[in-house]
Parts: sequence; C-alpha cells; structure tokens
Amino acid sequence: MTGIERTDVLVVGSGFGGAIAAYHLAAGGAKVVVLERGPWLNGEDFDQDYKLGSSYTRAFDFVVGDGMSILGGNCVGGGSVVYFAAMPRAPRFVFERHGSIGRRMWPSAVSRDTLEPWYDRVAESIPITQQTWTDVPYAGGLWAAACNHAGRTANPVPAAIDTTKCVNCNWMMAGCRFDAKKSLLFTYLPAALAHGAEIRPLHEVQKIERNHDGSYRVHYDLMDEEDYRLRSDGGAIDAKIIVLAAGAGATPVILQRSEPTLGTMPHAVGRYFSGNGERLNTAILNEDKVREVLGLERGDGLAYEANQIGKGPVVANWDRLDGSLPEYERFSLEQLYFPPGLGTILAQVPGAQGPSWFGVDKKEMLKRWRSWLIIFQMTEDDNEGVFGPPPAKGNADRLSQQMLGVGRLRYDPTPNTLRGWALADAECKDILERDGLAEVAAWTNDVVGAYTVHPLASCRIGDDPATSALDDRHELRGHPGIFVTDGSAVPGALTVNPAMTISALAERAIPAIVQAAQDRGVDVTYGAPAPDGSTNGRRGVADLLPALTRR
Amino acid sequence: MRTPEEELRTMTLEAFADTIVPGEKRSPGDRSVAGASTGGGAVQAGAIELLEWDATGLTEGLDGFSSALDAHATNYAAERGVTLDDSVPPFVALDFAQRTELVRILTTPGHPEKALWVSLALFSNMAFDSAAHMHTVDALAAGHPGLLALGIEKPGPDGLWRFPEFSYGRELADLHPDTTPSGSPA
Repeated sequence: MTGIERTDVLVVGSGFGGAIAAYHLAAGGAKVVVLERGPWLNGEDFDQDYKLGSSYTRAFDFVVGDGMSILGGNCVGGGSVVYFAAMPRAPRFVFERHGSIGRRMWPSAVSRDTLEPWYDRVAESIPITQQTWTDVPYAGGLWAAACNHAGRTANPVPAAIDTTKCVNCNWMMAGCRFDAKKSLLFTYLPAALAHGAEIRPLHEVQKIERNHDGSYRVHYDLMDEEDYRLRSDGGAIDAKIIVLAAGAGATPVILQRSEPTLGTMPHAVGRYFSGNGERLNTAILNEDKVREVLGLERGDGLAYEANQIGKGPVVANWDRLDGSLPEYERFSLEQLYFPPGLGTILAQVPGAQGPSWFGVDKKEMLKRWRSWLIIFQMTEDDNEGVFGPPPAKGNADRLSQQMLGVGRLRYDPTPNTLRGWALADAECKDILERDGLAEVAAWTNDVVGAYTVHPLASCRIGDDPATSALDDRHELRGHPGIFVTDGSAVPGALTVNPAMTISALAERAIPAIVQAAQDRGVDVTYGAPAPDGSTNGRRGVADLLPALTRR
Repeated sequence: MRTPEEELRTMTLEAFADTIVPGEKRSPGDRSVAGASTGGGAVQAGAIELLEWDATGLTEGLDGFSSALDAHATNYAAERGVTLDDSVPPFVALDFAQRTELVRILTTPGHPEKALWVSLALFSNMAFDSAAHMHTVDALAAGHPGLLALGIEKPGPDGLWRFPEFSYGRELADLHPDTTPSGSPA
C-alpha cells in the first residue's frame, strides 16, 4: 500500500451539502479533503459575459436527458454560486406528502417542526435578508401588483443577498461580481479552510470502491480548467468516511458506476428523481396596460421594460401553498429572471399558429424581451425520474466544452404532475392576462424536455428501504460510512426553492456523520458554532443530538 | 477562403439558422437567408462563426448536418412534388414555409434525429440571443443584431452593468397571512 493518499473524510462536491459537511467535520478535528469537479472562481472571475468559456458557462452545467434537462452548479461553491439565492423554508404540508408511494415519504423523524432548529442553524450561518418592498426590482414589483390586482397576496422572498452591495445587474447566475450574493464562498467554505479542510477543484470523482478494512477508495480524474471534454489521469484517495454531495444529477450516477466495486446499491439509487415540479411561464407585458391598470411607472417615462434589471426571484405568490388543498394542487409562483441563451429558446409564442419556439413570430417576441416577465412555478411532481446506466465518465456525455451534455435521466411526467403543471399554468394566466395586462405561455417541453434548476430526490432519505436509498441519518443503506447530504437526499418536491431545506438537512445529518467517524477511529467532535462564531443555533439543536446519533 | 464544398455547406447551415431566427437578406441575391423578417437574424448574428468554433462540440459534425439536412430536403420535396432549383443545395432551394415545416418535423418529439437538430437549433438561437462566440461588451459595441433586438442595455464605462434605478419603491401587495417573521411560508 503505497502511493495512495489517505484522509479521514472525503467530501465529493462543494455545494450546500458538501460545504456544510466539510466545515463541521474539519472544525471538529477531522482531516477533510473536498473534491470538486468544477473550477474555483472568485470575485473578478465572475465576468458579466455570455461568451462560451466565461464564468457564465464554466460555473454551471446543463445536462439534457430524455424528458428532463437539469441545470446545476459546476464550481467551488456549487449551486450557491449560480443560484438566485432564494432561501425560504418549506411549508409544513410538504413534510406530510405521500407522493408516488401512497404513504408519507419523509422519514417519521423529519417534519417542519423537527427541522426548524436546523433551519435556524443555517440562517445563523448564511446571512439571509428579509427583503423589503424597496429592495424589490421592477419585475418583482410588477408581479406583486398583478397579484394584488387579481385579489392575491405576494411576498418578497428571503434571500442570501447583501442588498447594500447588490447593483441589480441580474448577472448572478454567472456568479456575483460584487460579492453581494452570500454564497458558500463567503460562509461555510472559508470557515472549512480555516479549520484545515483542503478543497481541490477540477477533480471529478468517477467511482468509489470498498477496501478490506472497511474504508473506501475514491477514484478521480483531473479536468481541464476550460474545456471539460478534456481530462487527464487523476488518482485515488482512501477515506474512512465518504460524504457524497455531487448534486442530485451526479451523486446517483457515481453510486451506479461504483456498484461493481462497492456492491449492490439500494433500489432507490437513481430512482424517484424529482424536478421539484418546476416549470416556467413567460408573460409578454402590454406596457400601456401596466401603466393604466396597475398604475406603475419607472420614473423615466417607462412603465416596465425592465426584464434585464434586478436580482433573480424576489417576489412570490404563496396563495396556493395551502395545506388543506389536495396533493398535486399546491404550488408557488415566483417572479424570476432567466438570462438569454437558456431563457429564450424555450419560451413559446402565446397563441402561436405556426411553430411556437422558433421562427418569425418567435423573433418578434424576442424583440419585446425587455417586457417579458418570467414566472417560475414550483409544483408537486410524482418523483417519476429514473437514471439509466451511467456514462463511462462524469454524469453526462459532454457535447460542448462547457455547459451542454447528454445525460441518462428519463422523466415521463405522470397525470398527477401534468395536472399540477396545468393548474399552475392556469393560475399564471388568470393573474397576468386579467384586463389585458399580458399574454402568457408556458415554456415548451418539446425541445429539451421539462426543465429543472432544482434537481432532487435521486438518492433520498426515508424509513422504507424499498423506496429510500438513505436511512433518516443520510447513511447509504448497506454501505456504512457513506453519507449523502445534497439535494438528492431530499425526498420530494418542496413547492419552494430548495437550498434552505437541502442545507438544513445537511446540518441535521452532521451529528451522525461525526458519530460514524468516531466509530471508525477518527478524532473528531460535534459542536462547531456557526462559521462566524455564533452559538445560538448550536444551543437550539443540543437536545436533538442523542436521537440523531443513536443507531 | 472556403472551398466550393464549404460554400455549399455554409449555405445549408445558414438556411437552417435563418429558419430558427429569420433575418432580412444581406443582398438581393442572398439565397440562404430567406428574408422572412426585418433586421438581422441568426445568420447576421454569427451563427456560422459560433457553429464553426469547436467549443460548441458541433464543429466536426457540420458536414454531416449539412448533407443530412439536404437529404431530408430532397425527400421532403419529392414527397410533395416540389421541383428544387439545383443551382443551390436542396434545403436552400426550399422556400421559407417549407424550411420551417421541415425543421418542425425534424425537431418534433419522437423523430429519431431530434436531438441533433435541436442542438443545431440551440446554437443557432444562442448566436442571436447571447452572441456566445463574442465577449458581450464587444458584441454590443459592434452592433450585434441579436443583442440589440433584445434591447440589452449597454454597460457602464468600466464594462460592467449596474442599475442604480431598479425599484418602484413601494408596497404593491399584501403579504400572505401565513408568513413567518423571517419571511418564509409558515
């Protein structure tokens, strides 16, 4: 045994799930190595540029599957660098959902009440701003005014944005040039580094094997920093504990590829994938009606024409987050900016007679781009996604140097999911087409399938071994010492943006991971404060620890 | 300098890109661009430059795309009794409505080659809506027809976008009654 590195804890991925685990394990005294397949970008690397090869394409990954495409992060900080920073907690009813299995899909130990102290830990660790109406950009204001006009409510969404630094440039999907977005690059990751964790970018994990002593060997390739089609031989690291947090589109693929060297995977690995029920509608606003009906003026003679201005999703309608409604009929409607390149090709011409996503009428629609308002629907889908056999390397067969790849996910929406989407579409139309304010059409699924920016549940927690890959402590069934803490562990759609819930679940998973590390002889303790030293959150979860570490 | 074969390939690919985002003819004799819309379309926006950049991953397949598209056009014309002008590639010889119909058929769910044609459409559209082969600041300065058509604002003197005016600045709706003090659904 020579030439193989050793560490106590090997973390795969540096997004919410990986960063939170890396921080706590390193702060507790373990030797931690984080392998991240994407580049390490900071500050001025985040250019405002649509050119292929800019941070806009280097930092995220678009994988086209059969019936569903996934947009995910691909850089140090993962999803936190490319997301729009909305951080709401999930509504209470979500945890009682039955979904496709006909009984409660969440573990009995997890409810909104039991997760609340873990949400609090996250809120103490990532600065989250409860935005006010003066923080709300024109697009959010318009959505709020339209909701109000239709007799609905509207809420500014809590976000991990320092509004004093935000310049409303709407480039945040390319990373934040102005350090206004409080991504993991400012919170858990520097704290993990301060405690000795190593973060290695451009290391793509391919497979895991089990050693005779019960530890694990993780094999990785080294990736070119700009052309991700190019890779070179990497190496392997042995670790006593593995924390998989490569994202819901990649974690199950790594496990599938590892089956020959790890042994049989739980049935639910790569199954029960949820797109968080996501769907987008584009409204083409009538500027005159915006002025007349809603009484809105920008102050420069324009009523709206501000699609480019703002900071991601800022205002959401939560009237249909009503736990008394039947499952699949509950959803939120959130105003969202989606940049060109991704947000225009799938937009359909409302009421199109000819082709709806390309051609003459589509070009005319593009000319009115500044008057677009995009509404992001998060509904309750049916966990119907299934990953096919993994590709030879990575999570997809890459086509272009960054961004575009072809994956193995199959997603065939059930009537439940389709009905939820139709209800959300109808609600959008009812609100925005009222009194001629706009014309609305949903994005087409005919081009690249349905589309999610919040992939979930491909390796989920649960009490039933038949339908969950992980126990309620996030340990992979049948493979002690392997934990999954990213979005793939979330059992199903959340009806709101999932980053806050992914993070709370990761925080909740830590005590058991620490316990497992201790059981394997690692000198590590649980109990680090928040990354900034605050301790209220730690006190809040103290009573919960015995139940979480008991096997 | 392009070879005669490359000229023909380019004409076919231009005609495809122009079907996705149509533009006006570059000259009266322009055969690739059908002239179905005013202002520049995907071709003027740089679709061929983008497709010929190997970063897209399509470059090596462009000969195949072009010949396959022309073969589809030949079959399409034969099935409908359309006589094609053989001085240009078959897809270029179709009129705009016929090009549109053929692209619609090739990109319809269930078509065995759908993924190929969708990827060509994605990059054709991307040339227009984001000038993915150019730095955005340079594209705007050069009058890129797609970015101008979208109405993308010019950046500030340092090449960065900032919008100091961004909000209506007033309460525009009541909050949902079941909202926690920290702003989440209750």
